[in-house]
Amino acid sequence: MRTILYAIQKEFIQIKRNKTMVRMIILIPLMQMLILVFAATYDLKNIELFVADKDLSASSRKLVAKFEGSPFFTVVNSSFSDDEAEQEILKGKCDMVLTINSGFERNLMRENKGNVQLLVNAIDGSAAQLMYSYAQSVIQSYHLNMVAEVEGLPEFKPPYKINAIPRFWFNPELDYKWYMAPGILAILVTLIGLFLSGMGLVREKEIGTIEQLNVTPIRKFHFLTGKLVPFLVVALFDLAFGLLLAHLAFNLPVVGSLWVLFGFGVVYLFGILGLGLLISTMADTQQQVMFVTYFIMMIFVMMGGIFTPIESMPHWAQVVDWFNPICYFMRVMRMVVLKGSGFADLLHEFFALLAFGIGFLSLAVWRYRKVA
Amino acid sequence: MKRFIGFLRKEFMHILRDKRTMIIIFGLPIAQLLIFGEVISTDIKDTKIAIYDPVHDETTTKIASKLLSSGYFLPDKYLDSEAGYEDVFKQGKVKMIVAFDQSFEEDLEREGKASVHLIADSSDPNVARMLTGYASGIINNFLMDDKMPGTKLPYEIVPEVRMLFNENLESVYMYVPGIMAMILMLISAMMTSVSIAREKELGTMEILLASPLKPVQIVLGKVAPYMVISIINAFVIIIIGVFLFGVPVLGNVVLLMFETFLFILLALSIGILISTVASSQLIAMFISVLVLMLPTILLSGFIFPVKNMPWPLQVLSALMPPRWFIIIIKNIMLKGVGIAYVWKETLILITMTVVFIGLSVRNFKIRLE
Repeated sequence: MRTILYAIQKEFIQIKRNKTMVRMIILIPLMQMLILVFAATYDLKNIELFVADKDLSASSRKLVAKFEGSPFFTVVNSSFSDDEAEQEILKGKCDMVLTINSGFERNLMRENKGNVQLLVNAIDGSAAQLMYSYAQSVIQSYHLNMVAEVEGLPEFKPPYKINAIPRFWFNPELDYKWYMAPGILAILVTLIGLFLSGMGLVREKEIGTIEQLNVTPIRKFHFLTGKLVPFLVVALFDLAFGLLLAHLAFNLPVVGSLWVLFGFGVVYLFGILGLGLLISTMADTQQQVMFVTYFIMMIFVMMGGIFTPIESMPHWAQVVDWFNPICYFMRVMRMVVLKGSGFADLLHEFFALLAFGIGFLSLAVWRYRKVA
Repeated sequence: MKRFIGFLRKEFMHILRDKRTMIIIFGLPIAQLLIFGEVISTDIKDTKIAIYDPVHDETTTKIASKLLSSGYFLPDKYLDSEAGYEDVFKQGKVKMIVAFDQSFEEDLEREGKASVHLIADSSDPNVARMLTGYASGIINNFLMDDKMPGTKLPYEIVPEVRMLFNENLESVYMYVPGIMAMILMLISAMMTSVSIAREKELGTMEILLASPLKPVQIVLGKVAPYMVISIINAFVIIIIGVFLFGVPVLGNVVLLMFETFLFILLALSIGILISTVASSQLIAMFISVLVLMLPTILLSGFIFPVKNMPWPLQVLSALMPPRWFIIIIKNIMLKGVGIAYVWKETLILITMTVVFIGLSVRNFKIRLE
């Protein structure tokens, strides 16, 4: 037992002595919470619209006014030339071009049908879809108004109506930051745990101090515990620190129990630290560890449902995700923090994470040899 | 010169010998393209919903089956009381509850108006918004077809839409430029900074500095292999993008290569700068991850549009080299425009490169502390 304590003490001293290291431990959560969470938003607030109104009739002006009045659109410029409109979208100065050809009003009145053209910059496909659907709803609302005006009715009233009333639970303001923060926290914990544990052991190998440790009577198990515990503490500290920052900076509520959250944190970190150790037993240089870790991390994070929902992924990717620990932990974070799910709701995740923990740790212990 | 070539050979051998790293260096772009091309998607399909239908009459049954046959929703549970809502959400499988009013059919027939509640788990606000939007669309369509067939508004306004630059709305179009920026940053900046920091940490830097090699030659020798790898990788990404995912290269290929090369130079100069401040590999890596990787992913417009960020972040994003590179690549590849449309961004990249090289020259210490 005393050997373990000394081994742990050694690691802590090494961390503490390293000023940059201490700074990073504080700085990384700060930066992630305050910058990345704000950056990660799909909200489309301001669609820049270029208008080419070649009809210049009362109807076309009203349609343009409808777009101007919509909170989603800003009319950045207008012109009568198609070429100019196209140039503008090529230069990236607008997202969408609305063209109303001359004869719009005449056709609408005579033939009951009027056409408008929308050019959408679709490089970002999903944003393009969203922009188009906003434009459609503006046009539809113009249409309803117009019908009412022409028919002389106060408002067009259908005989039947179903009110579909949306209610948004757990995040009534639909604040995207509340969604991102727990996910980013999961990334944070993984990043810290995986890199620290992965690099720690290899560093000793690279510098050669591992041989000194190997000739001491310290047991393999003691040595690895000494390597794990300090990083566990650091990662948990960062989890707490990040959570506090999120709470202060954008009022992230923590609905569920902190015990459950941190309990899961410990179980998850055993797995992640074990994985880090496993990688480092197989590598010779820190550069290798870094690269392998980065590769794994990238795939875990991108497939883990932090930025896009797992339900939207193809079936094979969902199967792969059964073996992705960050995917379980991310779910736990969101469910506990935002919805207040308890331990009983998370049994499946618990056993999965426990299995990862035991699996990776035992593999790491088995792979580690006390030979240089 | 001969000495320099010898040194260069040593550096290349160092890297080529490391099989694991080589596999990852060339596997990474392929894996990333696959993930971004196939996996990353925000489309809604087969989302689990629960239904609370206390009356179970003809209309509500029809609406429910309309919802479930739409392809967006799958039934998970039929609830029998409102009390269970919270528990259902806490278990986490169900994303939306469709709850009909007690007197749904009666209201609809008598007053012509009835309510259905769409309660969404908004811990993912995007999904919640889409789910409620789709569901109310389906319900309204049902109403139009079933209750009021033939009723049609007079006058028709037809929006003709053209999706420019990406007709089929393929998400991979958007990601190819970003993946290029990310991989080039990773190899050129992160690997370079780490490999120089490694010499410092192991103490071999001292030997190199004491050798007759000039400091410039040492740095060039360190940088050259990563430059070669970066160029190969840039080609691999473009080739996979074009042949596997059908991403077009509409613009001038020579211009594209020139800009890519410029960006590689920029990334290398950042790598050198980092290595001049970092004393160990771990620190070099943390700085790289912190100031390079995460911002490259999140602040460059790679995944999340820059326009939607709060203004301080937009300012910060303007300082991120990948942001300008991504704009340039999108313009050349997808819009097919020439230098006339990207000269400003190019100039920014050139300025940044000069500044970073200047800073690293100033910071480079030929003596060890």
